[in-house]
Amino acid sequence: MSDYNKIISDGLWKNNPATVQLLGLCPLLAVTSTVVNALGLGLATILVLVISNITVSLIRNIVRPEIRIPVFVLVIASAVTITDIIMQAFFYELYLIIGLFIALITTNCAIIARAEAFASKNTVADSALDGLFMGLGFTAVLLVLGTLREIIGFGTLFQQFDLMFGEGAQWMKITLFDNYDGYLLAILPPGAFIGLGLIIAIKNVIDKKREKAVTGILQQSAT
Amino acid sequence: MKPGKSMLVSASLLAAFAIGGTAIVALTYTNTADRVSQNKRDYTLGKLHELIKPDQHTNDMDRDTIQVQDKMLGTKEKVLVYRARKNNQPVAAIIQSVAPDGYSGRIEMLVAIKYGGELAGVRVVGHRETPGLGDAIDARKSDWIEQFSGKSLQNPGETAWKVNRDGGKFDQITSATITSRAVIKCIHNTLKYYELNRDYLFKKQDNE
Repeated sequence: MSDYNKIISDGLWKNNPATVQLLGLCPLLAVTSTVVNALGLGLATILVLVISNITVSLIRNIVRPEIRIPVFVLVIASAVTITDIIMQAFFYELYLIIGLFIALITTNCAIIARAEAFASKNTVADSALDGLFMGLGFTAVLLVLGTLREIIGFGTLFQQFDLMFGEGAQWMKITLFDNYDGYLLAILPPGAFIGLGLIIAIKNVIDKKREKAVTGILQQSAT
Repeated sequence: MKPGKSMLVSASLLAAFAIGGTAIVALTYTNTADRVSQNKRDYTLGKLHELIKPDQHTNDMDRDTIQVQDKMLGTKEKVLVYRARKNNQPVAAIIQSVAPDGYSGRIEMLVAIKYGGELAGVRVVGHRETPGLGDAIDARKSDWIEQFSGKSLQNPGETAWKVNRDGGKFDQITSATITSRAVIKCIHNTLKYYELNRDYLFKKQDNE
């Protein structure tokens, strides 16, 4: 299977890890209180997904079925640990905030699910692409949720971007409402659940509409 | 293949992957260890310099430390104390004390006390207080914690080290009185501890 368009649309929309497969919700819900946290976790997840998909695909003909899962776990754990160390070395202050959840990427089922369902059966290039776009799809949901929660919860956008891009990035913070006291619910875990629920609902509505449009065209052409 | 041999092959394969994975992690670690420890050090120094400005001391504050243990500091564990000195004269001590009775668990603080017993400043470095309410103790969220700078055991006196609501001299954070009380009590206890142990705190050299 080398249909790149299918891999891309699966990762970003049709089979999105966060809104369709509903995998990796623990880090997703925990860190999305601001955009910068969401972006940090998203980039780390993409990196881990790509590394693990490529590695699993490379070794897919060597590894015997009975030791498949432990080997995947080993590969993922190594990839996560390396990502964790790299983050400590280059984005230390951001690491202090989301570091706990970097380790939790290991438990993000989306990664082992892609290793098992895709990378272990496909070529290296396809697997790398799948990892990249599954990661991007996951990051997109993180960012949408982070944006929603930061706007409603803090009344700002892109606060603390300096944690990731250095002191020069502080100007990026946009205060949307002056004297806004913040809305606690959005920052606390229930806000994450409600936000994610809304995102999934909106996605389903769009899918339903598209489906109707397609069947409508089909019916018209049939008659 | 015999089942015994097949198992052996699987086992050695698994072992090979374990060794390979560990090797790569070890390699990454050794190549970044210096940078990571430098980051940690810069971060600690940055926190300390918020309390004692770089021009107020000449020693390596983050390395001139001593560990002390006292229940007045809010924990049974050992507590780190950083010492600031200028030309070998003591300037201030920064004590990592703990407020054990926050609204959701312990609040870890850095209490900087000038040699004379006056507070140079206080920072909260670790807490799990409610976002939007109790987290106003964090200097990045509000300037509530700044009201303690310049205060001491004599200013205000013993009975005034409380929030306004309890008849004291300090503002409480709206809707987070428990958090405010915990922080104030911790600072007060740390000041008392400092007064009783000042000479000891500056004398003992851990690193020599």
